Amino acid sequence: MAKDSLFELIQQTVLEGEVEKAAELARKGLDEGLDPLEIINKGFVPAMDEAGARFSDGRFFLPELVAAAEAMKEAMGLLEPLLGKGGAARESLGRVVIGTVEGDIHDIGKSIVASLLTANGFEVRDLGVDVPVGKFVEEAKSFQADIVGLSALLTTTMPKQREVLEALQKLDATKGVKVMVGGAPVTARWAEEIGADGYAEDAVSAVLEARKLVGA
Amino acid sequence: MKKQPIKPIKPKLRLEFLSKEDILRIHEAALKVMQETGVRFPSSKALDIFEANGCEVNRETQVVKIPPSVVERALKTAPSTYTLAARDPANDLPLDGEHCYLSTDGCGVEVYDFETGEKRLSTKQDIYDSARVADYLDAIAFYWGPMVSAQDVDASVRPLHELQAAFMGTSKHVQPETIISEEIAEYCVEMAAMIVGGKDKLRERPIFSVMQCAMDPLGHDGGALEASLVAARYGIPTGFMPMPMSCATAPATLAGNLVVTTVDALSALVLIQLAEPGAPVFFAAAPTAIDLRTGGYTGGGPEDYLLGGAFNQICDFYGIPLSMGTMATGAKLPDWQAAVDNVMSTMAPVLTCTDMLTGAGLLAGSKVLSYQQLVMDCEIYSIVKKTVEGIEVNDETLAVSVIQKVGPGGNYLAERHTLNHMRGLWRPTVVDRTPYMEWEEAGRPGAFEKATEIARDILANHQPEPLEEGLVEEMDRLIKSAQKELENKGV
Repeated sequence: MAKDSLFELIQQTVLEGEVEKAAELARKGLDEGLDPLEIINKGFVPAMDEAGARFSDGRFFLPELVAAAEAMKEAMGLLEPLLGKGGAARESLGRVVIGTVEGDIHDIGKSIVASLLTANGFEVRDLGVDVPVGKFVEEAKSFQADIVGLSALLTTTMPKQREVLEALQKLDATKGVKVMVGGAPVTARWAEEIGADGYAEDAVSAVLEARKLVGA
Repeated sequence: MKKQPIKPIKPKLRLEFLSKEDILRIHEAALKVMQETGVRFPSSKALDIFEANGCEVNRETQVVKIPPSVVERALKTAPSTYTLAARDPANDLPLDGEHCYLSTDGCGVEVYDFETGEKRLSTKQDIYDSARVADYLDAIAFYWGPMVSAQDVDASVRPLHELQAAFMGTSKHVQPETIISEEIAEYCVEMAAMIVGGKDKLRERPIFSVMQCAMDPLGHDGGALEASLVAARYGIPTGFMPMPMSCATAPATLAGNLVVTTVDALSALVLIQLAEPGAPVFFAAAPTAIDLRTGGYTGGGPEDYLLGGAFNQICDFYGIPLSMGTMATGAKLPDWQAAVDNVMSTMAPVLTCTDMLTGAGLLAGSKVLSYQQLVMDCEIYSIVKKTVEGIEVNDETLAVSVIQKVGPGGNYLAERHTLNHMRGLWRPTVVDRTPYMEWEEAGRPGAFEKATEIARDILANHQPEPLEEGLVEEMDRLIKSAQKELENKGV
């Protein structure tokens, strides 16, 4: 298959949210001897840009955006480990550690944010739900995170966001890490009160906010 | 900006407001009133027809006593299904007992200026403009009224100007409630015949129909009756709309109100069938109750909702389509009251699958046109539509395989099943669901502001399918000569 038509097919597949097929096409590209970075930059990145554009102008709904992101993520799982071997690494917008705070098991909002961040060029480590304060600090340090994202869906677990923030500041290695907070009961006022660097009301704005925080 | 096809409601959800026994008792009560007390028909032509068909006619009081046998005979000849044709056949409305069609509200006298919010008297231009907006909106199936009165043209030929402006503004079916004399009815038929290519064609494709107000209780208007007899002769569908108000023009009790509503709507249909057996007819009604403090029209309230749902069951019993007065809130502004009234008054008759719902876009008890209200009423209609279409249960919609695939704690966002079915979910046009901060940054827009934008866009950009070249001028000439003829007759 000609390179360009493969890239076109990849874009179409991602936009249709065909998760398995996207990975298959990535594999096919590799089999044909293509550079994984080229597959990413000419196939998947433009697809995700297009998905974002379609979402912005109202042609795409959230499930379509997430499905595109999932399709991309699946293929990236295959392509990314191969990067660097040939010298070139994928350009990353930044590293994000994300999770739902301790005592809180709400998953979906945080997962959508993680998925969209990944698809938009961030390296994301998703710690899941009910994540202890210490775990956020540890992971932020070892992953050399630029951003820590804290999700809380209960007013009773929101104070944990402040605790993580304070714990990050106590450690030299994590002092400069930007902190983003989110979740249904979380407001801009709360974010300001606890001194968080970023806040967003929905997943798409979270990506914009994260880009702002890393200066992208 | 693209015009979408008309979206009728095909309700799956049904509600019984009356039992079979209730309906029979109302029917029997109505028959008793028609036979023993009678109904006033102030038209010698109408009285002649009743007399020729064996009814007891009192020429002095103009009251006709109609025996049950005559009512039954008339009901037998009335068609239970037919089509309201439109200038553009794509907008034809089959009254098949399975669909509900929303129209505009009508007969208002003022307009909320779009930009300033100031109230002003309505003009012919407002009819053209409101018809254009109705033409664009897919929730609106036909143009009723006209929405407002053309108060800037000569009163003697006003209904002709109004019909012309409506035909120019929309290629959907038009149903005026202003054709209230024989002469005007003839001219209207002539005008519509120009569009479809003759009176025979008009009989095949009646692109307008005629609604009249009844004179509750137990009476009609002479001019309206004679105008409808003319229309029926040309195959134009006709209907009579009682608006009995409990405590004033109907008994305080709702069952009693339904008896008056039935008598007033049915007695005129009997006349039309006796005169023109088989002519398409429809019931119409906007029964209500007075406000107990002011005695005024309420434009909403639980009585309206109940009567609105119940009367269609009676019309179904007779096997004749109904146009029910819905929406038409008494609220002066497009506010909370307007929303409550218009949701409930639409939901109730839709739950009994009422054929025509009349209508959207006026405030203050059908007096003031508001384009924002019109757009918001269409959103109410779309919410009701989605709700009454119910829940489909089959293997595909049960979605067991995707439930098992996602398993505990996962999510369905990126699943193929979701992508395939998500567009079946209702989506807002003016209802606000934006995140708080986004809403605040946008200047806190509510439904009203969004509706303003939509209406502004339609008014600025939507052009209806034009009438054939030269037709508007031909209509102008018709109106001019009609005015002269009426002057000579001293009308």
